[in-house]
Amino acid sequence: MSAVIESTFAETRHDSAGPWRAAFRRLRNDRVGMICVVIVAAYMLLVLGSALGLFAKDWNREVGVSYANPSFLPHLENLEAESSRNLTAVSKVAPVDLSDIDPLAPYYKELDERTAKIKVTEIQRSDTLPFGGDKWGKDIIKKTVKGAEISIFVGFAAALLAAVLGTVFGACAGYFGGRTNDLFEWIYNVFTSIPYILLILAFAAVFGKGIATVIMILGITGWTGIYRLLRAEYLKHREREYVRAADAIGASNMRRMFVQILPNVSHVILVQLSQHVVQFIKAEVILSFLGFGVPVELVSWGTMLAEAQNELVIGKWWQLAAATASMAVLVTAFSLFTDALRDALDPKLKAVL
Amino acid sequence: MTAYIIRRLWQMIPTMLGVVLLIFVLFNWVGGDPAQVLAGKISNPEQIENIRKQLGVDQPYWKQLLIFCQQIVTGDFGRSWSTNEEVSRIFATRIGPTLTIMFPLLLLETTLGILFALGVAYVRGSLTDRAIMIACTFAMSISFLVYIIIGQWLFGFLLGWFPVQGWSDSYWKNLVVYAPLPVFLALLVSVAPTLRLYRSFFLDEINQDYVRTARAKGLSETTVMFKHVMRNAMIPILTNIAIALPGLMIGSFLLEKFFSIPGLGREVITAVERSDFPVIKAITVYLAVFTMFLNLLVDVLYKWVDPRVEFK
Repeated sequence: MSAVIESTFAETRHDSAGPWRAAFRRLRNDRVGMICVVIVAAYMLLVLGSALGLFAKDWNREVGVSYANPSFLPHLENLEAESSRNLTAVSKVAPVDLSDIDPLAPYYKELDERTAKIKVTEIQRSDTLPFGGDKWGKDIIKKTVKGAEISIFVGFAAALLAAVLGTVFGACAGYFGGRTNDLFEWIYNVFTSIPYILLILAFAAVFGKGIATVIMILGITGWTGIYRLLRAEYLKHREREYVRAADAIGASNMRRMFVQILPNVSHVILVQLSQHVVQFIKAEVILSFLGFGVPVELVSWGTMLAEAQNELVIGKWWQLAAATASMAVLVTAFSLFTDALRDALDPKLKAVL
Repeated sequence: MTAYIIRRLWQMIPTMLGVVLLIFVLFNWVGGDPAQVLAGKISNPEQIENIRKQLGVDQPYWKQLLIFCQQIVTGDFGRSWSTNEEVSRIFATRIGPTLTIMFPLLLLETTLGILFALGVAYVRGSLTDRAIMIACTFAMSISFLVYIIIGQWLFGFLLGWFPVQGWSDSYWKNLVVYAPLPVFLALLVSVAPTLRLYRSFFLDEINQDYVRTARAKGLSETTVMFKHVMRNAMIPILTNIAIALPGLMIGSFLLEKFFSIPGLGREVITAVERSDFPVIKAITVYLAVFTMFLNLLVDVLYKWVDPRVEFK
């Protein structure tokens, strides 16, 4: 009996522990939400590990034969590897003697000496890899991890950029109103009157490719949704008593905007940030697929899918499966996590059941 | 009504100017000198010199902007930098295939979305409802690309039900032979988010007092759902369609690329690949104008759907 009383007591005490703590507790009680948190956290660890070079560092090494079979299907026919092997066999056939007409003939000795100086380690190419290999015999699992790193990094960085832009613009427009508001509303109207995908492509045409470029493009074109919401929040908050009180004690505009109001609207930003990460990961995948995203020497889920398109026809499904599954799991978990986050941070705004 | 439309048109002018300015800054200022952009793409220096003269690269920026405005008003964007085809001709010939794909898609997507969503909203909270919602979440997490890759391989290559890709000169052949697979795949992708969204619109209405009243006076469930609930949910649905429309003009770019459909979307992608600025500029500006007029049209349609709406 006393235990029961104590536990209810403890709960009421927690309740007054501040909105963030309360939100965290609501999130912890959400079972689906917590599972998603775990999955997302696992992905983040993976990304961090591969970014620090703990694993998948050697994803670019050609460790297997071309289109190496997955270890669990070792006996699949692999015509591509066969044909490449035959090709090397053919080249070993004794060449016709051309030394009297070959302009390079006097240099061969020197060239041979030079090549002898360079150490070449013959890689033992294996016939199978844990989840198969791609055209060059790269390990699909390592490639997927590296691809995840880049896709997720781009998604996060772009979402952060969009959130910062949207917040600053929204704060200025909502807080100052008047001319400032008109200016930002004008910019907003301009950006939203061009279809989103066309806007991205127009920016991509001018800025070229590269990771930083993709992040910039997605950020610059994607801030409008966050701006809209933040502007409304600032409009609402600037008339509240606590802001007027801050004004009365002489707090500057900047202080009121970013020290007083910002923490009170930060839950909106957090949910938006989380939603945009998913959206931008998807966008990056499509951009990279089209060849406007990450440069060729890097890998992302998008470039993997681009390769997978041609592989499927010759029956090599593993790269497609790996990229699709890893992306689908992350996107599902992240979307559900976003929903849980929204419910936890804003219990009044419970999603319609 | 007329006053409202005129006011809206008047308000479009600054936005329009902003779009022009944005495109101008992007392509003439950030994009830089065409001689540099096209280095290695066009070998003929005379042609590049022509393009530079046409854009007025050597002249001050305000004069270049004037040239750009002139191009927009006259609709004469010159010729494509890569194929030398007239930009207006590109527009005229590519819009048809895009609409052949997008129009049936929009029609089917909206109809199916409304019907399914109405059904699911009717059995809200039940096991069917939850199962469908979970299925939708999963369906939405898979990239559009994967649907197309697998769909094209499965139905086009493996089963051979549809041609893998292609396009002809005959409208009917396109519609009957080449369009079905891309439209079907796009439907598969779009039905999940549409269903989820429309369901939430219907749920907003389904618990309203007027629904209870309608039931209380003995109307059949069909009448309640289709006449009362649907009518009221039409406003957010209309908005949603209007938001999607300009995207549809170009949104099929992935489909068009995969299925080799000579439409606007594929044209944009090729233009981006080849730094073919005049084509991108023209398409962006005109689609922005189209979007603005569409938004106005939708606002007028609101009035028609719901006479209570007041024009402010």
